[in-house]
Amino acid sequence: MTAAANGVAKPEPKLKVRDLTVSYGEKKAVGPVTLDIVGQHVTALIGPSGCGKSTFLRSLNRMNELIPGCRMEGDVRLDGEPIYGPGIDPVAVRRRIGMVFQRSNPFPKSILENVAYGLRIGGVNDTHDIAGRVERALSQAALWEEVKDRLNDSALGLSGGQQQRLCIARALAVEPEVLLMDEPASALDPIATAHIEELINELSEAYTVVIVTHNMQQAARVADYTAFFYLGELVEFDRTDVLFTKPSNSRTEDYITGRFG
Amino acid sequence: MMRGQGSSREHTNREYELELRRLREQLLLMGAKVEDLINGSIRALIDRDSELAEQMIAADRKINQLEIAIDELCMQVLARRQPVASDLRVLTTALKLVTDLERIGDLGVNICERVLELNGEPPLKPYVDIPNMSREVQEMLHEALDAFVAADVERAQRVIARDKNVDAYYTQIFRELLTYMMEDPRNIFRATRLQSIAKYLERIGDHATNLGELTVFMVKGKDIRHAGKLGDGSTT
Repeated sequence: MTAAANGVAKPEPKLKVRDLTVSYGEKKAVGPVTLDIVGQHVTALIGPSGCGKSTFLRSLNRMNELIPGCRMEGDVRLDGEPIYGPGIDPVAVRRRIGMVFQRSNPFPKSILENVAYGLRIGGVNDTHDIAGRVERALSQAALWEEVKDRLNDSALGLSGGQQQRLCIARALAVEPEVLLMDEPASALDPIATAHIEELINELSEAYTVVIVTHNMQQAARVADYTAFFYLGELVEFDRTDVLFTKPSNSRTEDYITGRFG
Repeated sequence: MMRGQGSSREHTNREYELELRRLREQLLLMGAKVEDLINGSIRALIDRDSELAEQMIAADRKINQLEIAIDELCMQVLARRQPVASDLRVLTTALKLVTDLERIGDLGVNICERVLELNGEPPLKPYVDIPNMSREVQEMLHEALDAFVAADVERAQRVIARDKNVDAYYTQIFRELLTYMMEDPRNIFRATRLQSIAKYLERIGDHATNLGELTVFMVKGKDIRHAGKLGDGSTT
C-alpha cells in the first residue's frame, strides 16, 4: 500500500476506501484495504484466484451483504458519503454504482425489456421516456446499430459479445456514476473482447470504471490505475504504466512477470 | 544475474525462462567478443602488428551475426511472451545494448584499418598518451560489461564518471598532433590517422558510457541519459 501513499491519486477520488476488511464467517477474505478510486478513469484489480479482488469489488456496491455470514469493517465513501452509513439504502447505492458480471446474464425477455428493466423497477413508466433512455444506453454500450431493428427480439438470440454489451447497456440505463465489472470479457473471443475493451475506454470519459480481470494484458491495455491483490491483501496500487514497467513490490514483480510460487 | 530489482526466482513457464537465459548468454558472448576485438585492435596499434589487425577486422563478422541473432531473439520474446516489469526492461535494454556493442566493434575495425595504413610508414613518434587513453577505454568497456552482467548500478555509475577522462585525453592528443602537423606537412598523413584513432577511442568511451546508463535503467527503471538536461533545451 506504499504506492497509495505516494500520492498516486491526485484528483479528489470518486470512491474512498479506508481499512476495508471483508470476512466470511471467521475467515478474512480481504483487507484491510485502503485505496482511492479516481473518478472518470479505469481502475483494474488483478491477482490470482482467491486473492480477494472480486470480494473487494462486490463490497464497493454492497453486493456482499447478499452472501450469508459476510461481515464488513471499514469505510467506503462515494463522493464523500459513506455507502455503509446507517439508513443508507443498498438499492440506492447500487443504482449509483452499477455492476456487470463475468457471464452475461440477459433476462429471457426482449432486448428492449432487458435494458428497460431497471428503469421500470425504478418507477419510470413513460414509453417515450423509456425508448429514449434505452437507445442512449444501447448507444453507449456500442450495441445500438446492431440491434435497433430488432429491439423486440429475444435477448437470448444475441451473440456472447452482444449479450455482454447488452448487460452493460442494462447497467448504464439507470445512469449510474460508477460501473463495476467482474471479468467482463473472460468468456468472449478476441474480437468481442476488443469491442468490450474499446467500450470501457469510451465509458471512462463519463463513468468511473472498476474492473476485475485475470488477464494482465487486459489490465495493461484498459486501466489507468492497477491494484494488485495477493492472499487477501492489497500489495501494490499505482498508475498502470508504472506498475507494469517498474513495480515497487517484489510480489507484484513476480506475479506480473509470471514467476508464481 | 542481469535482472532488474525484484526476485531471483525463475519463471513458472520453463520455455520462457530458457529464452531469457539464452538471451543472457548471447549478450555475454557478444560482450566478450567485442572486448576481445578492442583489446586486439589496441595491441595491433601499439605493437604495429598488421597481421593481428587483419584478424580483428575479420572477427567483427561474428559480432555482427550475434547482433542479428539477439535482435531476433528479442523480437520473438516480445511477440510471444509480452514481457513486463524487469523482464521488459531487460528486453528493451538488450535491444539497445547490442547496437552499442556492434558500434564498438565497428570502431575497433576502424582502428585496425588506420593501423594498417600507419604500418606502411615509419612511426611518427613514440606513443605516450594513446596507450594511456586506450587503457582507460579498455577498462571502461570491461567494467561496463561486468556492471551489466552483475546488474551493479554503482559500478555502472563509476564507468559513466570516467568518460570525462577519455574526453580529456582526446583533447590533449588532438592538440599535440596539431603541433606535429604544423611543424611539417609530411607528418599530416600519419597525424590525421592517429587523430582518427583517438577519435575512435573517444567514441568507444561514449558507447561504454551508454552501456552504463542502460544498466542503470535496466536495474532501477530510471532513465539517466542526457543527465536530466532535456527539459531546458540543452541536449548535448
